[in-house]
Amino acid sequence: MSRIMGLTGDGAVAYAVKQCKVDVVAAYPITPQTLIVEEFSEYVHNGEVHTEFICVESEHSAMSACVGASLTGARVFTATASQGLALMHEILYIASSLRCPIVMGVVNRALSAPINIHCDHSDMMGSRDCGWIQIFVENAQEAYDWVIQAFRIAEDPDVLLPVTVNLDGFILSHSLEGVEVLDDADVEKFVSTRKPVFTIDPDKPITVGPICFTDFFFETKRQHVEAMNNSPKTISKVNDEFAELTGRRYGFIDTYEMDDAEAAIICLGSTAGSAMAVAKKLRDEGKRVGVIKPWVYRPFPAEQIIDACKDLKALAVLDRACSIGAPYGPLCNDVTAALYKENVRLNVFNVIYGLGGRDITPFDIEAIFNETLEVAKTGLIKKPIKFVGVRE
Amino acid sequence: MATLRDLSTEELFTSGHRLCAGCGAGIIARMTMKALRGPTIVVNATGCLEVASTIYPYTAWKVSWVHIAFENAAAVASGIEAAYKAMMKRNAWGKKVDIIAFAGDGGTFDIGIQALSGALERGHDFLYICYDNEAYMNTGIQRSGATPHGAATTTSPAGTKIPGKPEFKKDLIGICAAHGIEYAATASPAYWNDYITKVRKALEVDGPAVIHVFSPCPVGMRFDSSKSIEVARLAVQTRYWPVYEVENGRYKLNIKVPKPKPVSEFLKVQGRFKHLFQPKFKHVIDEIQRYVDENWERITKLCGEA
Amino acid sequence: MSEESKPGWRSIPIAGIILEPGSAMKYKTGDWRAFRPVIDEEKCTYCLLCWIYCPDGAIIREEKTVRVNYDYCKGCGICANECPAKAITMVEEKK
Ligand SMILES: Cc1ncc(C[n+]2csc(CCOP(=O)(O)OP(=O)(O)O)c2C)c(N)n1
Ligand code: SF4
Ligand code: SF4
Ligand code: SF4
Ligand SMILES: [Mg+2]
Repeated sequence: MSRIMGLTGDGAVAYAVKQCKVDVVAAYPITPQTLIVEEFSEYVHNGEVHTEFICVESEHSAMSACVGASLTGARVFTATASQGLALMHEILYIASSLRCPIVMGVVNRALSAPINIHCDHSDMMGSRDCGWIQIFVENAQEAYDWVIQAFRIAEDPDVLLPVTVNLDGFILSHSLEGVEVLDDADVEKFVSTRKPVFTIDPDKPITVGPICFTDFFFETKRQHVEAMNNSPKTISKVNDEFAELTGRRYGFIDTYEMDDAEAAIICLGSTAGSAMAVAKKLRDEGKRVGVIKPWVYRPFPAEQIIDACKDLKALAVLDRACSIGAPYGPLCNDVTAALYKENVRLNVFNVIYGLGGRDITPFDIEAIFNETLEVAKTGLIKKPIKFVGVRE
Repeated sequence: MATLRDLSTEELFTSGHRLCAGCGAGIIARMTMKALRGPTIVVNATGCLEVASTIYPYTAWKVSWVHIAFENAAAVASGIEAAYKAMMKRNAWGKKVDIIAFAGDGGTFDIGIQALSGALERGHDFLYICYDNEAYMNTGIQRSGATPHGAATTTSPAGTKIPGKPEFKKDLIGICAAHGIEYAATASPAYWNDYITKVRKALEVDGPAVIHVFSPCPVGMRFDSSKSIEVARLAVQTRYWPVYEVENGRYKLNIKVPKPKPVSEFLKVQGRFKHLFQPKFKHVIDEIQRYVDENWERITKLCGEA
Repeated sequence: MSEESKPGWRSIPIAGIILEPGSAMKYKTGDWRAFRPVIDEEKCTYCLLCWIYCPDGAIIREEKTVRVNYDYCKGCGICANECPAKAITMVEEKK
């Protein structure tokens, strides 16, 4: 059974967390994540959850408390954005290396300076090597659905890695949508309770977080890589079960009209929705365009993306973040590396857009599609990196 | 605690750790384990104790032990405490677990003070033990907010112009007690009975408790390894390290020092103060003596002794 | 252990955890010692101060006596310094 609720993106996250019967939430407020902690506080203060909500004094302590809680065997959630994620950075690596299946909502927001509260992906991209599974969603429904799936993925003994669910600040976090929510009982059944692989149970003492010198450190990292490499199996399994329960099918990537596309856009988050709407219009005009939206950013779905691109002649990779000094923006670095690795020659150019919440309009997107079609026709890339929406 | 014979011979902090010979932190860890009352988890901040006791694949701990980072022992302890509370509510956990966080002075006075303050304010039930060797020993003896006035460290060296650390030590227990916690105390491992009694008392408190214990460090304070306990005793007998407790805001002096030795007795056995014994820096010793006298007066007044 | 004889990543527990409590007992620190404490049983009053103050748990408490566990004793000399009966002497280790 399900019903429709009017929820903001943040509200959808908070509601999913409530239904997942989380033991501990340790979080610190930051725009545009605040609605999550505020709404969750309501649940706590109205006695609707058994959760211990630790109103920590910083995000650094939030993640530290989450790791401590997770090591006891508890189910743990936190949420943050931007500066908060940056402040957690040190502990993000520890959470994943200690194999703590924490789920975190990241409400994407630009990183200072200048300080800015609006959406871009520089927060998550700045921490993309932290060893967490990373999901990006397009709307509040996806946020709700992925949070529920995230607990299953994270806590699976074959994975045991923390998961971030990224949603665009304000664009998603603060917009009200009709979200189809599941009954509490269905969610409870789907996520079940956490069955930890190891814990710090004082009756079976273990040592967690010792110092590993040159003789063992590398081995622990290699294990971590393996856990990430193994995670796709679990992600698919969870996606399948979720589809069975809800009829909503998720995977590593979502595609729109890619079957016979010759030009396409690949982008993360809410922009993909706009891109699909524009693509529909262009399709109606007879242009063979498509859209790729990675849901899963780490582990990077190289195989699925390459497969979606197999008949493509040109691809525009949209990055809502810079990797200043690198060949491209973060997503484009990944896409081009994946293509190179599989020996696929494809004309790719990178579009940097939307920093600090700058709008990307349907006209911008249409222009990008048209340029991609041009590249598809001529095989010529005029500018490998374009900044769209910035004043010269 | 009556006599040493009553203490358990079980070593929950074992031999085979790699703290330096004569390290006070090892003595403190061992004594702490003798005060346990039941299932216990130790959280350890980065620092000498952490590094030297858990060199993979070896651990000197026979209790569950967690190290996450340098500045967050109190936050990690908060998470553990909250987790057991929540799991109890859903009947997934059934027994009381004592949580002890160990952190050095750097991990407490400086980089960890925010996490500690947050955890104390929120009232988590745990015991925080700051073992204070008065510098960042693990990284090679750099000054901390706990390094005393005049002490030479590698970042407050005994220069020709600036003789060691110009600043004085923070009042950690004052800071902690100001949070309105039920129990805060200082201790010295030379007074084993006082220390072990306090650990037990602090564990019995429902809510946060803090113990600030002097941790002699032969390497960083520069004295012969055999003198660790002697130095820890001199710290008390010179009134340099007042041993007291604050219970529900009420201060109580635990070790009276009616006939104090001059602080120079404490200073002269330690290489970190050696430079102060040159005639041109003699005034620094006077400054330290004045600080000790004033601090003692302040504390004993709070204890209703003066 | 040489690098080659150490276990690989597939065989060690995940997350760098150590599953054996007190495994440090396998690591003998006795060879750090330059001087060894020698206890004169005649003088010893079994006050146990050496036992409580030893940072290395290297004083073994028996029914009526104490003895040194030289596998771990680092020779710091605290026990000798603290022994009220002067029952412990530090004797140089012969190389
Ligand atoms: C965030 C961070 N900054 C710096 C360090 C380096 N570091 C490790 S231990 C340490 C000093 C520890 O000093 P203290 O807390 O007094 O413990 P001690 O080693 O003296 O026992 C420092 C600076 C670190 N590990 N993490
Ligand atoms: S440097 Fe000092 S505190 Fe650190 S292990 Fe050595 S004696 Fe102990
Ligand atoms: S010399 Fe030091 S390590 Fe050896 S038994 Fe005495 S106190 Fe312990
Ligand atoms: S300190 Fe001296 S007298 Fe006391 S038990 Fe040890 S050896 Fe015996
Ligand atoms: Mg220190």
